[in-house]
Amino acid sequence: MKKWLLCALAGLSWMLVACQSSPETTDESEVANRPAPQTMPFAVYDNFSALEHVFHYNNDTTYIINFWATWCKPCVEEMPYFERLIQQVQGKKARVILLSLDFKKDVPGKLTRFVEQRRLESQVIALTDHRYDTWIDKVDPSWGGSIPATLIYKGQNRKFVEQQFASFEELEALVKAFE
Amino acid sequence: MLNVRKITLLTVGLLALAAATMAFRTAGGLKVGDKAPDFKLKNVDGKMYSLEDVKDANGKKPKGYVVVFTCNTCPYAQMYEDRIADLHRQLSAKGYPVVAIQPNDPAVQPGDSFAKMQERAKEKKFDFLYLFDDGQKVYPQYGAARTPEVYLLDKDLVVRYHGAIDDNAQDASAVQTNYVTNAVAAIEKGQEPSPADVKAIGCSIKFKKS
Repeated sequence: MKKWLLCALAGLSWMLVACQSSPETTDESEVANRPAPQTMPFAVYDNFSALEHVFHYNNDTTYIINFWATWCKPCVEEMPYFERLIQQVQGKKARVILLSLDFKKDVPGKLTRFVEQRRLESQVIALTDHRYDTWIDKVDPSWGGSIPATLIYKGQNRKFVEQQFASFEELEALVKAFE
Repeated sequence: MLNVRKITLLTVGLLALAAATMAFRTAGGLKVGDKAPDFKLKNVDGKMYSLEDVKDANGKKPKGYVVVFTCNTCPYAQMYEDRIADLHRQLSAKGYPVVAIQPNDPAVQPGDSFAKMQERAKEKKFDFLYLFDDGQKVYPQYGAARTPEVYLLDKDLVVRYHGAIDDNAQDASAVQTNYVTNAVAAIEKGQEPSPADVKAIGCSIKFKKS
C-alpha cells in the first residue's frame, strides 16, 4: 500500500515537472552587457525573438521583469516598488528588469528622458515589437495584454501578475516566495 | 514509520494543485464560440441601451455587433479613436454597428467619468453608441482585460472574433491586417474568421482595489 502510494506520488511529481517546458540555458551576460544602440541609456529591441532568452534563464537567480510604459499611469505609480526591491535584494541572487513597451517613436525622446531624469537603478530594456500577438503568449499564455504586468521566475518556477501592485509589501512577498 | 495518511494527503494536495493550475489557465472571460450576455447601459445621450435595441446604419436589426471596450484616457484607446469611428461608418452600413463600452471606474480614472465621456463624444462627433459600464458589471462578464479590446458578436450574440482591431496601434497608415473588418468579411461569406483571437497590448481596466 505504502509502496503504491510512493509510486503514484513519484509519477505525479514527474508529470508535473515534465509538463513544464525546458528551454535551453543561455548566457545572460549577452543581453545585460550589450551596448545600447545610439546614445540611449538602455538596450532597444524591435524583435521579441532577440530578447526571448531573458524569459528563460535556467539558473538560481530570481528574475523580476516588469512590463511598463511611460504613458501607463499605474505602471509609473508602482515603479518605486521595483526600485526599492533592488535595494532589498542587494547581495541576493535576484535581478530586476523594467521592460518598457513604449512606442518606437517615444523611445529616443520621452523614454530616454524619463529614464535619465529618474536615474533608475533597475535595468531598463525597451521592446518595440508591435506584433504583440506573436509574443504575448510566449511571456505568459494567461496574459490578456494589459500593463502593468510582472513576471517573476526562477528556473522553472514562474509567477505572472497582470495588475498593479497595491503596495511594496505585496511585491516583496511574491519575490520572497521564490527564495 | 512513514505516515501513509500524510502521503495520501500530499498526493491529494498535489492533484488539487495541478487541477487548480489547469483551471486557472482556462478560466477568464468569453472565448470565441461563447454566447455573450446582453446588458443595459447608459449611452452618452442619456438613454439606456441593450444590444437588442441597437439598429444598423440602415435602421435594421444588425447582423452582428462590434462591441469594443475603450475609454477616453488610455493612450492606446486614443490612438484607436478615429479608427473605431471609421469601423462604425464602414461596418454599420453592412449590418455590424460599433457598440463602445467604457469600463473604467471614474473614481480611479476621473478622465473617464460619464460627463467626460459625453464631452469626448461631442468633441469627436461619435455617431456610435458610447456606453458607460456604471458599476463595472459588464466588463467582468465579458472578461475584458484592457482597452481597447473588441468582441465581435454575430446576430445570436455568439463571439466570432476577439482581440485587437488591427496589427499596428502606433501607425494607422502602416496597418497590414485589419482583423475586425476581415472577421466581418469572413462571417459575411459564411466562414469562420481567422485569426479569431488576437492579443495586443493595452491599458489595464481601472477598478478600485478592495
